[in-house]
Amino acid sequence: MAEQYVAAVDQGTNSSRCILFDRRGRLVSVAQREHRQLFPRPGWVEHDATEIWRNVTRVVPAAVRQIGAEPSQIVAIGIANQRETSLLWDRWTGQPIGHAVVWQDTRTDRLVSELAGDQGPDRFADLCGLPLTTYFSAPRIRWMLDHTTGLRQRAERGEVLFGTMESWLIWNFTGGVNGGLHVTDVTNASRTMLMNIETLQWDDTLLEAFDVPRVILPEIRPSSGVFGLATEVLPGVRIGAALGDQQAALFGQTCFSAGEAKCTYGTGSFLLLHTGQEIVRSKHGMLTTVAYQIGTEPASYALEGSMAVTGSLVQWFRDGLGLIHTAAEIETLARTVEDNGGAYIVPAFSGLFAPHWRSEARGVIAGLTGYITKGHLARAVLEATGFQTLEVVDAMNADSGIALTALKVDGGMTANNLLMQFLADLLDVRVVRPMVTETVSLGAAYGAGLAVGYWPDLEGLRSNWHRAGQWLPHMDPARRATEYENWKAAVQRTFNWIRPE
Amino acid sequence: MPGTVQSIERAAAVLRLLAAAPDGLGVADLGNALGLAKTTVHGILRTLHQVGFVEQDHSGAHYHLSDAFGRLGETYLDSNELRSRAINWADSLASRSGEVVRVGRLVEGKLVVVHHVFRPDDSDQDLDVGTTLPPHACALGKAVLAFDTSGAARPAKLEAYTTRTIVDPARLADELAAVRTKGWAGECEEYIVEMASIAAPIRGLGGLVVGAVGMTGRIERICDSRLRHRPDLISMVRATAEAIGRDLREDS
Repeated sequence: MAEQYVAAVDQGTNSSRCILFDRRGRLVSVAQREHRQLFPRPGWVEHDATEIWRNVTRVVPAAVRQIGAEPSQIVAIGIANQRETSLLWDRWTGQPIGHAVVWQDTRTDRLVSELAGDQGPDRFADLCGLPLTTYFSAPRIRWMLDHTTGLRQRAERGEVLFGTMESWLIWNFTGGVNGGLHVTDVTNASRTMLMNIETLQWDDTLLEAFDVPRVILPEIRPSSGVFGLATEVLPGVRIGAALGDQQAALFGQTCFSAGEAKCTYGTGSFLLLHTGQEIVRSKHGMLTTVAYQIGTEPASYALEGSMAVTGSLVQWFRDGLGLIHTAAEIETLARTVEDNGGAYIVPAFSGLFAPHWRSEARGVIAGLTGYITKGHLARAVLEATGFQTLEVVDAMNADSGIALTALKVDGGMTANNLLMQFLADLLDVRVVRPMVTETVSLGAAYGAGLAVGYWPDLEGLRSNWHRAGQWLPHMDPARRATEYENWKAAVQRTFNWIRPE
Repeated sequence: MPGTVQSIERAAAVLRLLAAAPDGLGVADLGNALGLAKTTVHGILRTLHQVGFVEQDHSGAHYHLSDAFGRLGETYLDSNELRSRAINWADSLASRSGEVVRVGRLVEGKLVVVHHVFRPDDSDQDLDVGTTLPPHACALGKAVLAFDTSGAARPAKLEAYTTRTIVDPARLADELAAVRTKGWAGECEEYIVEMASIAAPIRGLGGLVVGAVGMTGRIERICDSRLRHRPDLISMVRATAEAIGRDLREDS
């Protein structure tokens, strides 16, 4: 019998990819297409959902062709997606209504502070586990319904569907206007602010508070379980999983037990700590989120530390400043100097995420002197990711009461050895990279493969995990402390930049 | 005598014009100056952009010569870029073969390790990115030396690491000729006793060899009982080098 594979579709912020994995969890082919980032106004970030679906219909066959496989050799499709990015589309024509509003978009900042009112940003935290910020979907849905003429009426008549990107893809994979399934999974639903974190159902109090009609929302399903059969792209193949990308990475890193954590370094970076079936409420700016749900089993939860700008700071250094040609060259430039020369970059481009959650903050370069060269700035760019991770780890340790002893890392930035060493030095723990850096895709594949019996159980998946690289801490503790103090002083200088009108 | 290549002549003319225009030139400027159709000029510019000789300004309307064009003698692909392009494929090779995988390139006559993937048995191993290997004594080194034109393949003295290290320049030349024919390089106990390695060159745009990828392991796992490199491992290494090269050529 011909070898069988699971196809993972990773619909990310910058690109859509399809990766095929074999039974040992090994990557066998990759196809990728970037999509446009639309910036219609300062603070606004949009994607064209039609372009994204078109890219998906191209990368999936391309990945299958790359190894000369037949579509019949694909046993399941797993989807991982950029989270919180919100889309409305017309149920009858299948056309998106406007662009998808991306997770980095801050157009809802005023709406968010209005909603917080006197009760503050944690007004809904008990119900949904999340603070009120521009990051999550519900304020975005409200904004779209309020700013398109007649849209609320159409929505209430049931002519409009809402979805994050996995909903949009599954609806299209399963036929779109011809009977497409309108579904989401618990991890993605947990990022809307509309799902009750305990019942895992849409919550009437939240729907009312955000003024979102229930009729536009998809049905919430487990993350791993057969959603339906694809009729497009890979007809007849089962869609076996959907997970938000960060939860997919946690799953791909085989963090299946309470206390296991990973950090994924991409456009933004996200540290997730598995807390078992317990819902841990953070006192230090971490988010409470669903880690995954397998079939009818109880859901597992996680604490999350989200950093909005990490890899995208490198992109800005490349595209905005033009100081490097490719993202990888930042390491070459950073290695032209010994240290940061006293410069610190706090990339509060769309406010600060965890643990501060300050939407009025904006970025600074602190400690500038005539001594600073582009090499020092390159260092400061990379170190910003390290310092942000340290802040999150500190908060996570305080919430969980257990100190992290090693950090499992993945994502594109793990190719940067200077950053990985800096992380080990700063956190004073081992930093470990697994054999498959593409853990987002791997997690989606694992979820889908479990659902269709391609893999028997979680233990089988654990045995696929291997260490590919490791960095050990070497930094002098006194220097570590000084550096961290400097960083914190720089962070203070980002606060209260956007002032109420 | 074979004829000249028209598109290269035109590309040379475009480069001359760009070199003389500090503010850069647009497609129409170049088309008018050379009496060429816009589509022709556009095709030439796109190719020159892909090979890194010209750059576009922020608006995309003007082209100018790249900094790299003035430094053609230096390596054209950044080592860290090579690692980031190779990482997925190197991981895949390590997990399939069960052996240590490295990516290396030639820098000033030494083979520098730019990427290292641990043997997937979760044993204690140290990253050796940035360290150097003697090119004549390892498969990675031979795979790049075979295609080197800078003179690194003809060092004054070949140091012996084991009794099997090739120390005779004439024998090394024969060995490198064989690498060029086979498309891969091997080594048995030429650097470290009881260890063997297999490597293949990574070819970027235009076929330029930018480095090599290879695996190293205990001789009984890499070679058969007659010390021949195992064919299944050879094809894995070659397919990995191909995949990295394809990535480099497709979206640079």
